[in-house]
Amino acid sequence: MSFTGLVSIALGAILIQNFIFSQFLGICPFMGVSKKMDTALGMGIAVTFVMGIASVFCWLVNTYLLVPLGLGYMQTVAYILVIASLVQFVEMFLKKSIPSLYQALGIYLPLITTNCAVLGVVLLNTQNNYNFLESVVYGVTGGLGFLVAIVLFASVRERLDLTGDSPKSFEGFPIALVSAGLLALAFMGFSGLKVC
Amino acid sequence: MNVKKQFKEGLITNNPVLVQLLGMCSTMAITTTLFNGIGMGISVIIILTCSNIVISLVRKLIPAQIRIACYIVVVAGFVTIVDLLMQAYLPSLSESLGVFIPLIVVNCIILARAEAFASKNSVAASALDGIFQGLGYTLVLIVMCVIRELLGNGTFGGGLLGPDGAGIRILTEGSGALMMILPVGGFLTLGCLIALMQYLLRRHEEKKKEGEKE
Repeated sequence: MSFTGLVSIALGAILIQNFIFSQFLGICPFMGVSKKMDTALGMGIAVTFVMGIASVFCWLVNTYLLVPLGLGYMQTVAYILVIASLVQFVEMFLKKSIPSLYQALGIYLPLITTNCAVLGVVLLNTQNNYNFLESVVYGVTGGLGFLVAIVLFASVRERLDLTGDSPKSFEGFPIALVSAGLLALAFMGFSGLKVC
Repeated sequence: MNVKKQFKEGLITNNPVLVQLLGMCSTMAITTTLFNGIGMGISVIIILTCSNIVISLVRKLIPAQIRIACYIVVVAGFVTIVDLLMQAYLPSLSESLGVFIPLIVVNCIILARAEAFASKNSVAASALDGIFQGLGYTLVLIVMCVIRELLGNGTFGGGLLGPDGAGIRILTEGSGALMMILPVGGFLTLGCLIALMQYLLRRHEEKKKEGEKE
């Protein structure tokens, strides 16, 4: 696998095929925890971390367990179990060894289990037949794309709250969705970007 | 047990997408043609009803600490069944919905209904709740599909009606705004729909209050 191939996967995951703005994966946490900059940053980092590790473990499970045993149809069940136990494990590990980070991430860690970006990235890895290195790169950069999106959006929303003169029916959630739509429009500018 | 109340809650006053704001990923991602919307809606109705029934049946056996994990395994089982059936009998639909069928496992609607309703209510009520909440979700999907397809492509019923399943052309060819089919359109349409819902619910409240005063 060439270096440029990996760069193009990375660039694709962060900008061109951004998980939020062009693939619609992980919208719930994206809308839910983007009200404040620091929580958005924490969530973004936690998701990147889990997406990276989940890509590693799900690749291993798929290649050495599901494929040799002919259990390909159990993929979804196996992956969600891997992710749920990984999240639990990461939570326990952080609590013991890096309590400050554990405090900062707080409630967001368990929520990651039901983040569709995480399950989405491992399913896409399998669908695209990525090898080990490609899977890891796609997982980590997909997480970085989520981080970029949620941080950008949190800063937009902080300002939106300050102005506070949106129409009454649009207050809160709808105006956030519309601004996310405008951000997605901006991200469309990256489509067509290519690494040759 | 109150069937009428559950029906109204699922479809309107406690609509899973427009009021509870759940399951937005799939709502925005797959609503580009009517066929996709209906297919996804029916899959969610089936999975939600089955998982609600099973979770309600075993609700007294599951220890509280690991209940979420148990719910996920139950849901994942039904999702796999629907996924495989669809691959076998409706391969074109399965292809166009793609990764969003296995992703129903983490669709917040299903887990939220399991936690908020099925784990506390009887089997029959949970089954009804699954059907009505699923119908509410499907309704939103269909509305989104119709709006986005009409504005983006100028057609109605893509994948189902018209020559070669391309849909019935309403606007002239090339007059559609491609933007509405792209992700941007998903965000904008859902934003406007939720705003409309908030407006209607607020007016309903105000009317109710006025009625009480008099």
